[in-house]
Amino acid sequence: MSMIKAHHLAVSYGHGETALKVVKDVSFEVQKGETFGLVGESGCGKSTILGALAGRNKQWTGSIEIDGEAIGQKRTRAQLAKQQLVFQDPFGSIHPRHTIGRTLLEPLEIHGKDRRQERIEKVLTDVGLPLNFRYRYPHQLSGGQRQRVAIARALILEPKILLLDEPTSALDVSIQAEILNLLKDLRQREQLTYILVSHDLAVVAHLCDRIAIMQSGAFVEVATKQQLLENTVEHAYTRILMDGSRGYVPRRRKEAATVAAIS
Amino acid sequence: MANTSDTILTVENMSVEFPTLSGVTTAVRDVSFTVGREKIGIIGESGSGKSTSGRAIMRLQPPQAIVKASRMQFEDVDLMKASEEEMRSIRGRRIAMILQDPKYSLNPVMTVGEQISETVILHERATPQEARRRTLAMLERVNIRDPERVFDLYPHEVSGGMGQRIMLSMMLIAQPSLIIADEPTSALDVTVRQQVLSILDDLVVERNIGLIFISHDLNLVRSFCDRVIIMYAGRVVETIAAADLDQAQHPYTRGLLNALPSLDHPKDRLEVLRRDPAWLEN
Amino acid sequence: MSRSGTFSNLHNWLISEDFSSANQARCHKAYLAWLSLVANPLAFAGFAVVALLIVIAVFAPLIASHDPYAQDLMMALQAPSAAHWFGTDEFGRDVFARLIYGARTTLYITILVTVIVAPIGFVIGATAGYLGGWVDVVLMRITDIFLSFPSLVLALAFSAALGPGIENAVIAIALTVWPPIARLARAETLTFRHADFVIAAELQGAGTGRILLRHIVPLCAPSIVVRLTLNMSSIILTAAGLGFLGLGAQPPMAEWGAMAASGRQYLLDAWWLTTVPGIAILTVSLAFNLLGDGLRDIMDPRNG
Repeated sequence: MSMIKAHHLAVSYGHGETALKVVKDVSFEVQKGETFGLVGESGCGKSTILGALAGRNKQWTGSIEIDGEAIGQKRTRAQLAKQQLVFQDPFGSIHPRHTIGRTLLEPLEIHGKDRRQERIEKVLTDVGLPLNFRYRYPHQLSGGQRQRVAIARALILEPKILLLDEPTSALDVSIQAEILNLLKDLRQREQLTYILVSHDLAVVAHLCDRIAIMQSGAFVEVATKQQLLENTVEHAYTRILMDGSRGYVPRRRKEAATVAAIS
Repeated sequence: MANTSDTILTVENMSVEFPTLSGVTTAVRDVSFTVGREKIGIIGESGSGKSTSGRAIMRLQPPQAIVKASRMQFEDVDLMKASEEEMRSIRGRRIAMILQDPKYSLNPVMTVGEQISETVILHERATPQEARRRTLAMLERVNIRDPERVFDLYPHEVSGGMGQRIMLSMMLIAQPSLIIADEPTSALDVTVRQQVLSILDDLVVERNIGLIFISHDLNLVRSFCDRVIIMYAGRVVETIAAADLDQAQHPYTRGLLNALPSLDHPKDRLEVLRRDPAWLEN
Repeated sequence: MSRSGTFSNLHNWLISEDFSSANQARCHKAYLAWLSLVANPLAFAGFAVVALLIVIAVFAPLIASHDPYAQDLMMALQAPSAAHWFGTDEFGRDVFARLIYGARTTLYITILVTVIVAPIGFVIGATAGYLGGWVDVVLMRITDIFLSFPSLVLALAFSAALGPGIENAVIAIALTVWPPIARLARAETLTFRHADFVIAAELQGAGTGRILLRHIVPLCAPSIVVRLTLNMSSIILTAAGLGFLGLGAQPPMAEWGAMAASGRQYLLDAWWLTTVPGIAILTVSLAFNLLGDGLRDIMDPRNG
């Protein structure tokens, strides 16, 4: 069963003559429980696709179906709760003057949910934070702890889809590992569908089943995890990105490699 | 300069302390290393003191910080005893620094070309016409395709990768013997990063100078540098040749390596770093 | 730093970040603000004067030794003495008692103006900033119209039109004070408008009202409070000015500006009639300014 269907999706910013088309006609489907990756360099439109799916960017054309339901530019509250966004910057995505408890209570109030304290305790446990963290303010937490809070806030409405916008790129390597493990556990336990946006192919390959490689608003290739790991991707641009996640390739060595590949 | 093994910078037992309300915080503790004509990487997570160390060498630490060391020798200069005036003549000319965001290192109200020309005039006592010609040549050296156009741009009009290349072109002119690069490519896209790094690589190798490359990116440092210093909580836990990083002994280094997702060695679960309080002793 | 046992326990409980209840978190925040206020001597001096003003206003009948309205023409224009600390005015009323009761008037005016101005300024500014578009244009042009008049002249015109009296003076002052607050609220709102946490709330279905009140208010509040505190001195000065011109408090009410005005004719013979309320106005407005500056250091999120 497919959880997300995007058909001829195009997203633009601005109006009329000056409108800037950031995403040009992409189509994809994501199955329930699957993790779909969007990879590319800055400005390629990967976060914009995520924004359109989340309901943040409203200037899109084409069709989006979420959980079998066609979505319009305006969404109902129930439609918004089906997917939740986790932001890149854990320092900017949590209200600095709200305690963690207040931050988690907010969505429950909006949606008129019952058993509020119980739900807050459950979600804090789920993301591996001690219960008394609900009395703390964000500035008393580390980056990794804040990102856990951001994930908890996204989960508290019991969504079917998590949209992850570079969730670990602002974190240290050791903290990144913790968050990636947490995301894997949650996906299994809560049967979530993920779309993960990242510039790091190693992170994407770790978490995703299928990966779309984007360049200037379009998909150049949709590769499977297997293709990435076995290095059998088709597009040259994908290979450049793969080299990038391995580190620096000295020019002399790279030239030798290209010569070898041609001959 | 013929001898490739000679030392450019020696740092012995350097500590950086910050007085705070609740006592003194030690950001860097008893750090010792030497830099020769090589690319040396300093790796660490946020708060490990890697950037503070880089700044302390340049004597650019915040005013309230206290830097102590039993020795800090840069070529013929004792950095502990050098006056502020001497430091000013060293900074930029003999030790250059590249930061993550070049916008902070460039003057926002001068065009890029003017700033490079100024360096040329300062270092080579050239006429303005000559300086312009040299500047355009330098911009071409760092693979800027349209130097005439870039010459008249202001720092806010250039992209991150272009800005770093402009910083590098200034270094080609100033000819420092040591470059301290603090996360110079963290804000850049993969393809641009490769280009900037290969220019930096050429610069260091051709001029036979030293480079301190501060970064949090293990893969990058491993593939770019010759030697790696691993810092944890203000201490150097291990110094190792980049090629031997896989054989690193310290559990922290091992933990970092294992925590990294990799295309070549896929794992179902990443190892989580267990921090050992014993690492903080000594 | 020798604290007795209970105090140091309390201190440790307040300073600890390992909270066990929401109340402790709140106390912790207030305690930290208190510590930084104490650490800033000028701000603390301002705070002390303002606190003293409030105490004096509340306990005026207990502090004043005489009835501020009791006339005794036999005792008119007496120089300061043991019986009348600050002397007497032209009707033989005790200046000290009138000064004490005048604190009530001053506080009454500043509090009333603040209570009227803060919500109006915030609602107009934050709505304009958050919604943008034509709402922003209309609201900000109205604000500009009010801003383009010199505030004392505008207050004068309004209190002349509404008739003299303290309530009308309050309304007139409020009309001149809200536009800068609205501008500030708008500017603050614009900086948070596209913050990730506001977008996160929108994506969870929060409506405009909830975002303004729950998310924008707590962020704008510190700078608005600072601005209002700094404004209090100008409110006091405007009120005194209106009183001086006879458009504020009406006789026989004790009001510092009116007191200074009525003493003007006896300036050479009875210096205390203008000097004493003048010093009071100066002290209190300076105190509000110092407190405002200190609050900016303590409360501004950019410093936290």
